[in-house]
Amino acid sequence: MARVNALFGGWTVLVLAFFYAPIVLLVAYSFNSSRLNIVWEGFTLKWYGMLWRDNRLIAALENSVLVALAATSLAVVVGTAGAWLIHRYRYGGIRTISTLAFIPMVVPEIIMGISLLVFFKTTGVALGYGTVIIAHTTFCFPFVMAAVQARLAGLDPSLEEAALDLGATPLKAFWYVIVPYLMPGIVSGALMAFALSMDELIVTYFTSSSASATLPLRIYGMAKVGLNPMINALSTIFIVATILLLLASESVKRLRR
Amino acid sequence: METMVELRGVTKRFGTVAAVDAVDLQIRKGEFLTLLGPSGCGKTTLLRLLAGFEMPTSGQILIEGRDVSDTPPYRRDVNQVFQSYAIFPHLTVEGNISFGLKMRHLPRDEQVQRVAEATELVSLKGLEKRWPHELSGGQRQRVALARALVCRPKVLLLDEPLSALDAKLRHAMQLELKHLQRQLGITFVFVTHDQEEALIMSDRIAVISRGRIDQLGTATEIYHSPASAFTADFIGEANLLDSAILARNGVTAQVRMAEGVEVTVRASALRPESTRALLSVRPEKIYITRTKPAKDNTFKGVIEEEVFRGAMDELRIRVAGKLELMAMVANESAHEHAWHKGDTVYCAIHTDDIVVVEQK
Repeated sequence: MARVNALFGGWTVLVLAFFYAPIVLLVAYSFNSSRLNIVWEGFTLKWYGMLWRDNRLIAALENSVLVALAATSLAVVVGTAGAWLIHRYRYGGIRTISTLAFIPMVVPEIIMGISLLVFFKTTGVALGYGTVIIAHTTFCFPFVMAAVQARLAGLDPSLEEAALDLGATPLKAFWYVIVPYLMPGIVSGALMAFALSMDELIVTYFTSSSASATLPLRIYGMAKVGLNPMINALSTIFIVATILLLLASESVKRLRR
Repeated sequence: METMVELRGVTKRFGTVAAVDAVDLQIRKGEFLTLLGPSGCGKTTLLRLLAGFEMPTSGQILIEGRDVSDTPPYRRDVNQVFQSYAIFPHLTVEGNISFGLKMRHLPRDEQVQRVAEATELVSLKGLEKRWPHELSGGQRQRVALARALVCRPKVLLLDEPLSALDAKLRHAMQLELKHLQRQLGITFVFVTHDQEEALIMSDRIAVISRGRIDQLGTATEIYHSPASAFTADFIGEANLLDSAILARNGVTAQVRMAEGVEVTVRASALRPESTRALLSVRPEKIYITRTKPAKDNTFKGVIEEEVFRGAMDELRIRVAGKLELMAMVANESAHEHAWHKGDTVYCAIHTDDIVVVEQK
């Protein structure tokens, strides 16, 4: 028994190392004073300082946050409303509609990027913030919808009826009873959408203008020229932000209990 | 008596199935009416029609004389206690109870006062700030009750509200609900499949079968004079005996339950042209003795089975051929003279305890 445990323990350590070693390495090198990743010269924060002073990067970060916030908000509205309507009302062809809604999750990003680009060009929409936000909403909303649908599966149908019974119109019942009930699903879907949007490269590549370029696009541009410790520093900030987001969503869930 | 709710030929179809089939019913102001029936009989649909969650396919529903057939639930002066309680999980006890008042935009101080009254009424004082998941089943039930009563409905609908409670608490709540209803004078419409619960709580009971009202009456009327085999069998327990009518002698008639088993029944319930009758006899109305009593309607039998049921003993007595009677006697299994399988006994039934439920 002890040997089996040791075996499993060892295996777990190996798997975790496989996952996290590159990330740990990247974080470590973001504090390396050498320009070269392979040699450790000493501790420094200068790359972080350089990041802060790089106006193009800061502008790209601002774009990213703006796009992610807008796309997440739209995805929350569309995804939640969609999940509720599919759950609550039985239209003809509802199955087809709900399957169609999830297709953006599985379509290869490059195809989505190209088709959106073609669409915007044909309709004469100039590439810019608007097009990036629309593109991001397209692939983000299914994730919100899925999270909300998971929550809806456990909904007691009497809850809405109780609200109606107590004098709430269907709209008020949705707002004051259903939405609070769905909140954990909406929050986790929104966090997912936000993370996906912040992360997105390929679709953004096709649908943004140079003014609306997001952070991943800028990093990609920098990496093409050559690896730079600034990228390590930037990635470290991203990782920390992601962990903080996750912790926040967990504590939100616990509060909601 | 003033009428609070009136149903006129109300039918509700789901596809081709009539869940509620041409029901006429008048519910009196301030009465405790129970809709009683097995699952799938349409009693819950009937309640949902009253609440406004379903609209009738045809017919009319009137509350205090006003036609509400097409009125949505949020514009009816009717509130419901749900089977699942449907407590809002994101609101405290107080938030749940005041929900209906908020929706009606009542002034803040009136809300506070009415919530305080309601919490007092259902003994929830001191729990106002609790969250639903911190409450016991019984407490949640009280929240559901207070949340509905605080709106001062004309009719309170209760959909099997006690079914999730354990037996002891359930009985206590039955009496408490009954007292509450008397105290407030609000019309209660209570749905249950539990006949004992219906007998304990109701002013009147509507026995529902296949979407129709089988019988409407007080608990004692329904128990002692069931109008159909269904009601006789569903409420309490009954021996249903298909018998041939042999002769009529003025106020009584002679019927044969089985070969050699003839009894006298009241003739008043029999139609002149009837030749057969289905008789109902309650098991506790069959008197069991060891020696032949000097009474009419007496016949001999053998105990086939004896079932210990706590306060009562259930005896299955083979009388003749296929005729088997179920009798209930006070439990004497601890005594020497207890009944045992194989004992030969005499059964006596009083003429008044034989009810004609069907005839042809």
